[in-house]
Amino acid sequence: MQWEVVIGLEIHVQLATKTKIFSASSTAYGAEANTQADVVDLGMPGVLPVFNEEALRMAVKFGLAIDADIHKVSVFDRKNYFYPDSPKGYQTTQLYYPTVGMGHIEIELDDGSTKRINVTRAHLEEDAGKSVHEGFGGSSGIDLNRAGTPLIEIVSEPELRSAKEAAAYFRKMHSIVTYLGICDGDLSQGSMRCDCNVSLRPKGQKEFGTRAEIKNVNSFRNVERAIDAEIERQMDILEDGGKIVQETRLYDADKNETRSMRSKEAENDYRYFPCPDLLPVVIDDAYIETVRQTLPELPDAKRQRYISEHGLSAVDAGVLSANRELAAYFETVAESINDYKLAANWVQGDVSAALNRLELSIEQLTVSAEQLGYILKLIKDSTLNNGGAKEVFNALLDGKGDGSVDCIDGLIDQLGLKQVSDTGAIETIVDEVLANNAKLVESYLATPEDKRAKAIGPFIGQVRKAAKGVNPQVVMEVLQKKLSEL
Amino acid sequence: MALDPKQIHDIAELVRLKVEDDQVAEYQHNLSNILEMVNQLTSFNTDNIEPLANPLEIVQRLRADVVTSVNQREHFQSIAPQTEQGYYLVPRVVE
Amino acid sequence: MSKITIAEISNNLATGKCSSVEITQELLQRIKQQDEKINSFITVTEEQALAQAKAADELRSKGQANALTGVPIAHKDNYCTDGTLTTCGSKMLSNFVAPYNATVVDKFNQAGAVSLGKLNMDEFAMGSSSESSFYGAVSNPWDTERVAGGSSGGSAAAVAASFIAGATASDTGGSIRQPAAFCGLTGIKPTYGRVSRWGIVAYASSLDQAGVITHTAEDAALMLNVMSGFDEKDSTSMQLEVPDFSASLNNNIEGLTIGIPKEYFSQHLSAEMQQAVAEAIKEYEKLGAKIKEISLPHSQLAIPSYYLISAAECSANMSRMDGVRFGYRCEDPVDLHDLYVRSRSEGLGDEVKRRIMIGAYALSAGFYDAYYKKAQQARRLIKNDFVSAFNEVDIIAGPVTPTTAFKQNEKTQDPVAMALGDVFTVALNLAGLPGMSINCGQINNLPVGLQLIGNYFDEARLLNVAHQFQQATDWHLKSPAGL
Repeated sequence: MQWEVVIGLEIHVQLATKTKIFSASSTAYGAEANTQADVVDLGMPGVLPVFNEEALRMAVKFGLAIDADIHKVSVFDRKNYFYPDSPKGYQTTQLYYPTVGMGHIEIELDDGSTKRINVTRAHLEEDAGKSVHEGFGGSSGIDLNRAGTPLIEIVSEPELRSAKEAAAYFRKMHSIVTYLGICDGDLSQGSMRCDCNVSLRPKGQKEFGTRAEIKNVNSFRNVERAIDAEIERQMDILEDGGKIVQETRLYDADKNETRSMRSKEAENDYRYFPCPDLLPVVIDDAYIETVRQTLPELPDAKRQRYISEHGLSAVDAGVLSANRELAAYFETVAESINDYKLAANWVQGDVSAALNRLELSIEQLTVSAEQLGYILKLIKDSTLNNGGAKEVFNALLDGKGDGSVDCIDGLIDQLGLKQVSDTGAIETIVDEVLANNAKLVESYLATPEDKRAKAIGPFIGQVRKAAKGVNPQVVMEVLQKKLSEL
Repeated sequence: MALDPKQIHDIAELVRLKVEDDQVAEYQHNLSNILEMVNQLTSFNTDNIEPLANPLEIVQRLRADVVTSVNQREHFQSIAPQTEQGYYLVPRVVE
Repeated sequence: MSKITIAEISNNLATGKCSSVEITQELLQRIKQQDEKINSFITVTEEQALAQAKAADELRSKGQANALTGVPIAHKDNYCTDGTLTTCGSKMLSNFVAPYNATVVDKFNQAGAVSLGKLNMDEFAMGSSSESSFYGAVSNPWDTERVAGGSSGGSAAAVAASFIAGATASDTGGSIRQPAAFCGLTGIKPTYGRVSRWGIVAYASSLDQAGVITHTAEDAALMLNVMSGFDEKDSTSMQLEVPDFSASLNNNIEGLTIGIPKEYFSQHLSAEMQQAVAEAIKEYEKLGAKIKEISLPHSQLAIPSYYLISAAECSANMSRMDGVRFGYRCEDPVDLHDLYVRSRSEGLGDEVKRRIMIGAYALSAGFYDAYYKKAQQARRLIKNDFVSAFNEVDIIAGPVTPTTAFKQNEKTQDPVAMALGDVFTVALNLAGLPGMSINCGQINNLPVGLQLIGNYFDEARLLNVAHQFQQATDWHLKSPAGL
């Protein structure tokens, strides 16, 4: 039996507003439990919600970025259920009239092709608090700092066909929301969470199979692994002739399997109805236009531009455009030396390696884009060779210099990295080397002419020993000339 | 328009209320009477009538994204049934 | 001491006849002696009241007093009062010391009013008799075997018994107007959105409105001046200029058109009630008003529509009463489910539970269109009726209640009968219009109320029309015997 995998993702994105969606409490991460929960967040008797304008703006911005219908009238509904992290006993969300309607994004597949995935809708809602189940004896501790944080829930059409596609979709959404500045994208802090709806159906069948929902997957890697594990589980059941139960599951990363959640879903009659404490949110074309003006160049457009205007490969363009800060860094470097390819090599190479090794984000890197641009300029004008440039770069990483571009020259002198390109100077060095290495010269002259290219190596080594920063091309030229004169 | 005991129990569960066996009949009676009263609504034609949610028919006002709430944890938790280290406590939940 | 009005007290304080502290002490004493049989107060805040009175007297000595400074009032117990018990007449909140003030409470505090405590009410404002209070029923000072009305029974009884000069209250389906009528007083429910709901424990969010119960329209205007106005903390609050409601009280009402809805004079109304209301209308004719019969054709939809909408909204609003962060928690819950079920079942009373159940049912899967949506459609028809009517008339008048105050326990076993008592009042809440009840007569020594309904945000005219009646008649001066 040939099975087709059908996946739909619901991604919850925490909006990077300063205050919550319906209260004026701070949304800053990491505060002590319940120190950022005011009467509204606590669901005290008598409190009322007032809608955060920035949350609206960010939602509309997102809708525009995915080319979606922006609904001029949207309504908040109450979703009724009991859970301690939901203090009012209902979550305020948008069921019937979401702010953002149908849109789409493109994902890049492994083979380099792109696939359009449609987005059904994106709606605004409030986040719940957090429960801590360990450390309180036989109790659970509830922290409502997070309760009321604005979220947009992005719902995809069930058009993803593999775990890899799902991961690519999640990545692309991450890229878009961080680009827009509407989310900090910090998955470790839970800024984005993903629910994966997975089902299988016999290839060619029109009806969807029964789906299971894997809740709260919080990394790109886990999205792929969780879905693969779930596909395997479902495949096993179906091949054995069994039936899939529609249920909610959690992914256990250690065991690499999904398990059923205690039926919290036994009652899923949420009794949605429009929240009577809030009024319909009405926006007009003028408002939408002002938001549109604030859209930055989006990752796909940037990627395309890198490829078509600057000759980068699809892979390189993809990596460099995925993260807005990295792209900004890269573009500053590339523009300053007017050389996108050289910049690409360095940003993808030494810079990325450093970021990984030191576990830094690009904003935290101690080598600024201006500094790197200057270094690359020095390579281009032969002041530095590659090795020397790397040394300077590493020195800056180590904290040397004062963060300015001006200090780099001093550093180069200090480290003696200035590349000697002056032919005369090099000739002097070469002469010395040849004079001091009679045996090598003899051996060279004894080598048949067609094999002499390789035999030059040891001389280069000696030249390098004698003077660190020498321009390799000039050294080669001078050596070849001098040796041919022998 | 009678509600049967199972419906009574299901609704009670949705809203986390307990209905004792000896209360079921009373609930059935009262709820059914009330439902009969409200059923008058179903007998008139509402085609093309726009539901009225808010009597004033105004739109939602927006609030500036500025932090004005301050930490009042001690104050708020002084009236809480059970707290520890700043957390509200409930019987342990297993997910 | 005779019946006290805000205007009188304000005048006495201004002329130095007495001090706020003196008045407060006397009233506190009176409450101690006489409230046991009325049961209008849940909490008396003696120390605080005296402190407020003292501060008011000081303000006055500095020449900084205004109309409400030093005047003794009290708040219905669903108004959150920071540092004071706010019970909503429920066991669920019997230990709830509110951690913040309702906006209205803040406003009265700033005006220097003296609050003597928190007033008894039907549990969570759900009821029409104040018999469902965890703290026991409120008795009508006119006849202590009868109800004071609900849900603002304590507010009405305390004013009628002269324990305070005026009380705040709330009205979702008639909870100000009906107790005011039963207790011979003046009650006003302003237009929805005129007064902030911040800090008033919600029953039905799209129907609740804060208002007052006083002896006179003049007093109601003074209180409404203080409490009205836009509040940025309340999304449903209207951004509208608040006129000085006192300034227009004496406007001439000659030529005013008063509409009388023919649907209100139907089988629900007893002959005596019809008579009393008709006589009140005649008074208006004497004052130069034109009387016109109007029709509110969808009146019969008001009760079912109101009941459904209020039940649905209340079922969600009550979900936060769960024993987790405040309020009553059951003892030794074995698990989370037990915590919820027992805290709520033990903490909430029967009427509240009934309405939560109905509301949940009406919203449950498959019934939304048949019930909730239908009720909101009916609501629009009801509103449209009024909008059309106000094209023809300036004010609408009619009865407040089908009967005078009924005996205690008469209707408690029959929730439907209780609900039907709201037949004349609920339409206003559905439409969001302002309405008043003023004392206009007596049947068997029990007060009869006349309902006045105004157009949106036309409270000034309503108060003016009420005041003119009170200038020409003396029903508002009547007190229960022995007081």
